[in-house]
Amino acid sequence: MKRLVPLLLIVTLALAGCQGWQSALDAHGPAAHTLANMFWIFVAVLGTVWFLTMAALLLALRRRRPVDADPLVTDPGTEKRMTMTISVAIGLTLVTVITFTGLSYAAQKVLYSHKDGALTLLVTGQQWWWEVTYEDEQPSRVFTTANEIHIPVGEPVLIKLEASDVIHSFWIPNLTGKMDAIPGRQNQIQIQADRPGLYRGQCAEFCGLQHAHMGIVVIADTREDFERWRDHQVSSAIAPNDPERQRGMEIFLSRPCIMCHQVRGTDAGGKVAPDLTHVGSRRTIGAGTLTTTRGNIAAWIVDPHGVKPGVNMPTIQLEPDEVQPLASYLEGLK
Amino acid sequence: MKVYLVLPLVAFALAACEREDREYRANPMTAESQEKIALVPLSAGPSGPTEYRSGLGKEYEENAFHISQGQRFYTWFNCNGCHANGGGGSGPALMDDRWIYGGQIENIVQTIREGRPNGMPSFRRKIPDDQIWEIAAYVRSMGRNVPKAAAPGRKDDMSPGPAEQRRPPGQVIDGGQVPPSAQMPQ
Ligand code: HEC
Ligand code: HEC
Ligand SMILES: [Cu+2]
Repeated sequence: MKRLVPLLLIVTLALAGCQGWQSALDAHGPAAHTLANMFWIFVAVLGTVWFLTMAALLLALRRRRPVDADPLVTDPGTEKRMTMTISVAIGLTLVTVITFTGLSYAAQKVLYSHKDGALTLLVTGQQWWWEVTYEDEQPSRVFTTANEIHIPVGEPVLIKLEASDVIHSFWIPNLTGKMDAIPGRQNQIQIQADRPGLYRGQCAEFCGLQHAHMGIVVIADTREDFERWRDHQVSSAIAPNDPERQRGMEIFLSRPCIMCHQVRGTDAGGKVAPDLTHVGSRRTIGAGTLTTTRGNIAAWIVDPHGVKPGVNMPTIQLEPDEVQPLASYLEGLK
Repeated sequence: MKVYLVLPLVAFALAACEREDREYRANPMTAESQEKIALVPLSAGPSGPTEYRSGLGKEYEENAFHISQGQRFYTWFNCNGCHANGGGGSGPALMDDRWIYGGQIENIVQTIREGRPNGMPSFRRKIPDDQIWEIAAYVRSMGRNVPKAAAPGRKDDMSPGPAEQRRPPGQVIDGGQVPPSAQMPQ
């Protein structure tokens, strides 16, 4: 009984892991449903096989045999039964393997068939964050953001995957399976969310020091909300009008920040780090490492390597009284 | 007896750890390293020009991590726009032996930080000081003026020649030439 309590606890905890914003078993899209179904079929069949095998083994162990039986004496009746049993077992194995192969093939068909979607995104994996570009026929409506994807609910969205340095893997467990992002080539994957919500994803291919802190969130909204969000993201940053944030902007523009980061509507035009035009509107900074608050932005700027050791953003020297204006400037970039 | 064999082996193995010692944070106290270098051996008065090299250069150019970060920043900050992969374009070649402004790491740091008259822009306050050192260490590795063990291996994209690590050790000769493209009145 004493042993049972921790066991129960562990099982409950483990099962609780199946629910949530990053779980392949809590499917919210067609591709994820296919995968989850496959998973449960495999678990059921293989579980049954395992239990049957274990039961047979136990039976065989417990059965008593005469001590002085002569191993060379054979009984035609027993022989026949044994042949039957083994043939049936081999037959069942074949049927299982063939069924599984067929099922996997059918699932792959579903996973890799791309419907024409309304939306195409280019996602580039970089050490250690995701660059997201929303494509559009009108060049003026193309824009770039980072670590956060918004999609309209119930519509297929095509994602083109590239990488700029090493291999990464794009994985939103609630919506679809993994797909590698490989330097020098483009892979494609389609995602679709059945209902509005927040789905977390994670780089699933070891890519260096901060691989563990390379998260991404997908936010599924109604079509109207999505359009509102997109219209806002397309726009340039609004110039600040309070003195503190104005000072912050001056500091930002006179520092190395502009060599790497872009803020549309200002002189900052760097293209090698996350676009900060609307950084304040994103939920997290540092690819899901910290939530976006003024304090966290300040902590990040003062010591990025304290938050995410080895990150490709250098520590930039600031005077103590420059941190607050800079952080509030960035936080205000909604 | 065996111990005498094992000990030096362990010592060697541990010595190799320095090669990739990863120093992420810059020195928080100084904004800029204060090296003093002279471009010519002439100075007013009987004694030669005063030079001061802090030894920081060795820390950067003997460290594989710094050099490979420098390699990343070299394209991030668009040095390749003018110097290509080291072969030169509108700026002089960086992988050859000849240096207009000196080929020691301190000279290169100064070149990047201050800029040079015939069209090399100044990167002061545009690139943090420790990144300038990293880039300079990478520039040194182009002509293999750094230890072989620390020089970068293969690049991911196409490269015109063998990786830095496989180039023969270079030397530093003063007296490079401004490329014709930079000599035009601009
Ligand atoms: C050498 C290039 C470089 C410079 C210079 C630089 N950054 Fe960054 N910055 C990065 C990179 C790369 C990231 C992404 C890090 C990650 O998440 O792995 C980043 C991330 C950020 C983020 C979080 C953005 C997000 O959406 O996750 C903020 C905010 C930021 N930088 C602000 C600044 C400020 C302010 C300065 C100037 C004081 C600056 N950066 C200078 C490269 C740079
Ligand atoms: C706009 C073009 C341009 C860019 C960008 C540029 N350079 Fe230069 N660079 C030049 C030119 C032109 C010269 C020659 C200057 C002279 O002779 O006065 C030069 C000279 C140099 C030299 C001195 C070579 C010698 O023989 O002494 C070094 C080293 C150098 N650049 C490194 C860099 C690095 C590192 C970067 C990136 C951070 C960079 N350059 C970016 C144009 C450029
Ligand atoms: Cu990764």
